[in-house]
Amino acid sequence: MATVFVNVLPDANGKPPRSDLIKVEVGGQKLTLAPVDIGNEKLNLIQAAERAGVFVPHYCWHPALTVVASCRMCLVQTGRRDPDKNDPAKINWSLLPNKVVPACQTPATDGTIIVTNNPLAKNAQADTLEGILLNHPLDCPVCDKAGECMLQDYSYRYGRAQSRMIDEKNTPPNKPHIGDNVTLFTDRCIMCSRCVRFTREVAGTAELQIINRGHHSEIDIFPGEPLNNKLATNVVDLCPVGALCSKDFLYTHRVWNLKTVDSVCADCSTGCSIHLDTNKSVVYRLRPRHNPQAQGYFMCDDGRLGYHYVNAPERIVRPQMRTEQTLTPTPWNEVRQALVQDLKAAVQRDATGVLGVLSPFLTCEEAYLLAKFLKGLSGQVRLALGPVPVVGQDDTYPKDRRGNPIQPVRFTIRAEKCPNRRGVEEVLRHFQGDLIPFDEVIRSAQSNSIQALYLAGGYPPREEGWIRTDQAEHLKNIPLLIVQDLLPSPISSAAKYLLPASSFAEKEGTFVNHAGLAQALRWGVTPPGECRVDGQIFLDLLERRGLIHAPTVRQELGQEIPYFAPLAQGDLGEYGIPLQG
Amino acid sequence: MPVPPSDIRWVEEPKLGLAEMLYLPSIAQGMITTMKRIVQPKITQEFPEQRPQLPANYRGVHRLNRDEQGRVRCVACYMCSTACPAHCIDIVAAPSPWPDREKYPETFVIDELRCIYCGMCEQACPVDAIELTTLCDLTGFSREEMMFDKEKLLSVFDQTVQRGTDPVRTRGGRLGVASELPPEGGVTTSSTAQS
Repeated sequence: MATVFVNVLPDANGKPPRSDLIKVEVGGQKLTLAPVDIGNEKLNLIQAAERAGVFVPHYCWHPALTVVASCRMCLVQTGRRDPDKNDPAKINWSLLPNKVVPACQTPATDGTIIVTNNPLAKNAQADTLEGILLNHPLDCPVCDKAGECMLQDYSYRYGRAQSRMIDEKNTPPNKPHIGDNVTLFTDRCIMCSRCVRFTREVAGTAELQIINRGHHSEIDIFPGEPLNNKLATNVVDLCPVGALCSKDFLYTHRVWNLKTVDSVCADCSTGCSIHLDTNKSVVYRLRPRHNPQAQGYFMCDDGRLGYHYVNAPERIVRPQMRTEQTLTPTPWNEVRQALVQDLKAAVQRDATGVLGVLSPFLTCEEAYLLAKFLKGLSGQVRLALGPVPVVGQDDTYPKDRRGNPIQPVRFTIRAEKCPNRRGVEEVLRHFQGDLIPFDEVIRSAQSNSIQALYLAGGYPPREEGWIRTDQAEHLKNIPLLIVQDLLPSPISSAAKYLLPASSFAEKEGTFVNHAGLAQALRWGVTPPGECRVDGQIFLDLLERRGLIHAPTVRQELGQEIPYFAPLAQGDLGEYGIPLQG
Repeated sequence: MPVPPSDIRWVEEPKLGLAEMLYLPSIAQGMITTMKRIVQPKITQEFPEQRPQLPANYRGVHRLNRDEQGRVRCVACYMCSTACPAHCIDIVAAPSPWPDREKYPETFVIDELRCIYCGMCEQACPVDAIELTTLCDLTGFSREEMMFDKEKLLSVFDQTVQRGTDPVRTRGGRLGVASELPPEGGVTTSSTAQS
């Protein structure tokens, strides 16, 4: 048990922030201390102060990286609260006189006093900022980071209005060659070395280094060894200023125009928590969101930069129906009625010949609604899992310079390139009992025993495609082929009904990652054209009224399927809910 | 909300005297004003044959200023479109083709019909690239014609500078005053307090 004391100020209304404050006078200073119980945790003073709701500004310290205490932004005055040696009933309060220490590398112990807001600490913060700004070009108008820049924010909150620097600033040249996805504006760098530590500790590949000394220090790569590992763009998020910028996002948008929703990356089964940044129904970037249950602080470049298909013009945006020989765009109502009629006729002819294929890109709610619809036609309708894209092996970081993985693993890019195989499988197991793999669907198609096939896809583009041409050839003979997909594929041209699917950025729902963590997917953009979100299509097929509302379906799912029982309250919180199974 | 009776004050109409009832003094007073105006110099102008002399701070059609080398001065920082209350400015930024700056506007379109001519874009601009001119008679045959693109806005600059009606009022530096060196002798507290 350890208690730390943090000096707090009254809030904007002049009220003390809490009731258990201790008012003491130490060394001539009047302090209002908030006691915080930190238990046996090993915290530094930044983390301990945060528990009391007091923010200590910092640049170089990051919870996932080692401590270097090089930026000197987190300077605080500290002291001790000790019981008197001679008289245990008496308590001695003391402060280190005229001295500040970096909060990031000072451990919080029982009785530590943290003072962040007296003139000594405030002057230290302002002096540090003035020093950092000596060589900063202040080109905020053209800097991509402006608006979410820690240098801007801290200068505003803790800095001084003007610099006393009268010499010419250093203007080292930009380094756009630093990586395929990352560019370096060298003059904006404040030498916090977060990026260098990230490449050494998390990526392990150690491409970045600091060259030169003193005020001429620069971030650079080793010649001919660009920053091209699969976690490289994380240094852009780590960079507290606009020195490292993402080439993908560079100059495309100003950050204050972006609208952010908390969502889940759909690129692999790790299911990284993300911030989805959009504006006017265009996705501009994905950023990792801290989630200790899913992936930690970072995300990989495949997921981060793999969203472009959402905005792609090739997407299927209208429901189409085959009349004569061609696919003709048809209004939703007509398509739905004709489709249900055809499916019912097929079920009457031979219910075992009707198949639903559910892709692992569907959310649990969508899989549940579609399974419910198809099983509602007849209990003999079969449900199968769509192709699960697997690329290579699980890719773990850190790696050494030769590319061999090192223990302990800090980040894993999964080989399974879909977000919700586990969730869809559980839904299928509930409705079907056993799991029918996609190969069996192809075998049935070869023996011409399939009357109708509902292929709910939603596969993002991959080089090799989600369905092989020979597989597609077999499926083309099916009399009633319904394809719901994002992009044209070998199978979409053969469909009788071609429905547009929605991407992860457009729909709401639940994704269950490789470890059984259920996370909430939220929509950031509206679907393009006449496209409706998948859940809405299935809701319409079920002839349920109204618009799709994922939390309501999630409650129903939780009540019906035991595996999803923890989701019955509908809300998954910030970090998601782990499912047992 | 009904007005409480305590807030209502009743006012009596003033009683007319003999002079007021005759109307003659008022008529005479009116005639004096009319006569004065007849002999005074005329200030009405025959628009459009005569062009008005507008003050330099008149808020008319926008222009995009050119720098010394004739390039567009704008650095595509989006401050004007952020400040714009009518959301009439649309910018697409791109990496600049010139070595002395990072970013420039690939397209810059102002919807002159949507604009409310408040001048906030001019205030927001850190490099004084956008200015409102004294051009006050803006007409067009279609809505598309009133979407002024970068070339059109630069041509407004050429036009107004040639005519000499709107001299360049640029004070800011390459990236605004913050990015420039402090004036000779360093920054003193008093000088910053004044500015």
